[in-house]
Amino acid sequence: MVQDNRLFEVIKPGLFTTVQDLGRIGYQQYGMVVSGAMDPFALRMGNLLVGNDENDAALEITMVGPVLKTCRDCLIAVTGADLGLRLDGHPIPTWKSVWVRQGAVLSFAGARQGCRAYLAVRGGIDVPPVMGSRSTYVKAGIGGYNGRPLRSGDVLEVGIRGLSERPRDDFLPFANRRLPPEMIPRYGTPVHVRVILGPQHDMFTMDSLEAFLREPYLVTPQSDRMGYRLKGARLTHTGPAEIISDSVACGSIQVPAGGNPILLLADRQPTGGYPKIATVISVDLSLVAQAKPGDHICFHAVSLEESHRLLRQREQTIQMVKTANRLVTG
Amino acid sequence: MSLTCLPVGDMALTVVFEQKIAENINRRVVEMASRLAKRPVKGVVEIVPAYASLTIYYDPLIISYQEMVERLHELDHMSGEYEEKQRIVTFPALYGGEQGPDLNDVADHHGLTPQQVIDLHTSALYRVYMLGFSPGFPYLGGLPRQLSTPRLDTPRLHIPAGAIGIAGSQTGIYSIDSPGGWRIIAHTPVPLFRLDEDPPFLLRVGDLVRFMPVTDEEYQEIVQQVNHGTYQPQIVDHTGKEVNGS
Repeated sequence: MVQDNRLFEVIKPGLFTTVQDLGRIGYQQYGMVVSGAMDPFALRMGNLLVGNDENDAALEITMVGPVLKTCRDCLIAVTGADLGLRLDGHPIPTWKSVWVRQGAVLSFAGARQGCRAYLAVRGGIDVPPVMGSRSTYVKAGIGGYNGRPLRSGDVLEVGIRGLSERPRDDFLPFANRRLPPEMIPRYGTPVHVRVILGPQHDMFTMDSLEAFLREPYLVTPQSDRMGYRLKGARLTHTGPAEIISDSVACGSIQVPAGGNPILLLADRQPTGGYPKIATVISVDLSLVAQAKPGDHICFHAVSLEESHRLLRQREQTIQMVKTANRLVTG
Repeated sequence: MSLTCLPVGDMALTVVFEQKIAENINRRVVEMASRLAKRPVKGVVEIVPAYASLTIYYDPLIISYQEMVERLHELDHMSGEYEEKQRIVTFPALYGGEQGPDLNDVADHHGLTPQQVIDLHTSALYRVYMLGFSPGFPYLGGLPRQLSTPRLDTPRLHIPAGAIGIAGSQTGIYSIDSPGGWRIIAHTPVPLFRLDEDPPFLLRVGDLVRFMPVTDEEYQEIVQQVNHGTYQPQIVDHTGKEVNGS
């Protein structure tokens, strides 16, 4: 008999729902886009809440959530944005692992806070890995579910660790686990985001550099997983608005000749030819991922030492949850 | 010569070489990348060579910025052991017609005949300076000066994988179907991006590329071979020995 791996049947796909893990690492040298969850913190926490590896694949749900019918008993956790999660029509909490019966329907009533939610499932979403990752890169049709966002009628499958014979016994110890409230980020506008200046901040006038760190920037509707086009104080270059193309990081803020910054994110091309005024520090990328068109972002400069201190702090928090997982599994 | 390193956020740094597009500069980039590959540094996540810079993504929980910079200086000071192991990859190309819709315009632009454009384009040996734009797309330097042509005013919405184009002083090969503004003069059936291979990319930074003109019949025959999975790309190493695949 063929094993039944079915997990969700997609009744409605939502606005833009894709399979994402932590991205395709090691192929930028070939021009390959990294992709992966826009909000890595929310993805990692969702996975840890259901007892997965941090890098397991989950659904990234944008603004308008899908309607999913469960094909098996499963353990889920929704993290990130509050998009109005419902189980059989009733509100249930996010940032918490929840036991869900076969035949139940998950839906989302509407966005209340943030932009992107993550639906993690015990065992992970199983799609064929491409270059070591299950992340969807829609522009090239690579990875995820057939290289594209979900559509009605799609059937998602669960990874091997979600295929227990006795799911109740095996997974219930992980049910009803939640994060301490102080670990759960709050999303609002304006979003205060810390940056490390450069590498080409010296290609801008002093006035522009000051304005960049003083004025709020609007997230325009021309914003997606590739990057956010921002509008605010226009930035002036001291010379030509181009450099010899070099690598751009997730969070790099490049400024073309027009003076409106572009904040590059998960689906950015690995290289670019515009001067970069600053780069958002990694712990604050999650806040950027939760900003939606119409929100404002304020940038604040910090030192490299400070960013690394914040990173260590963040990783200690994640380490605590991992330790708790080991205690559950014994 | 001392190294200039600049942080790119809290998880990457870029080694900046002299900022110009030149073979000797790009050789230094490839040299540094290959030294780093040969003597892996713990905490390095990935490296991205570009025209005149090398970006290193690192895990600051494993190695600090200062330590990373020190390791790079040590690698830079090692001398004499490096020899660029270049490969030469030959791409059969069908010029003009439907496969090269801008060939005549490029010829007109320079007051050349289409055949002269083909002769010039196939006479040169190009260097892969960087891969980007789309997965596996090579930015090729070394275009004969007489062929330097500006991009199209209005980019095309659809350019097929394998299209060979000119933009300014560069030439390149589209690796996947995509929109684009390069002037398309030819097409090669050889895929640059094959998901069933590891790594799935035919070219790497530092490779040399040449184009070989083929007739319509030869082109169709190669298309068949590619479709049947029997086509072997023509790759020779720096000693002239034939090597296949990657």
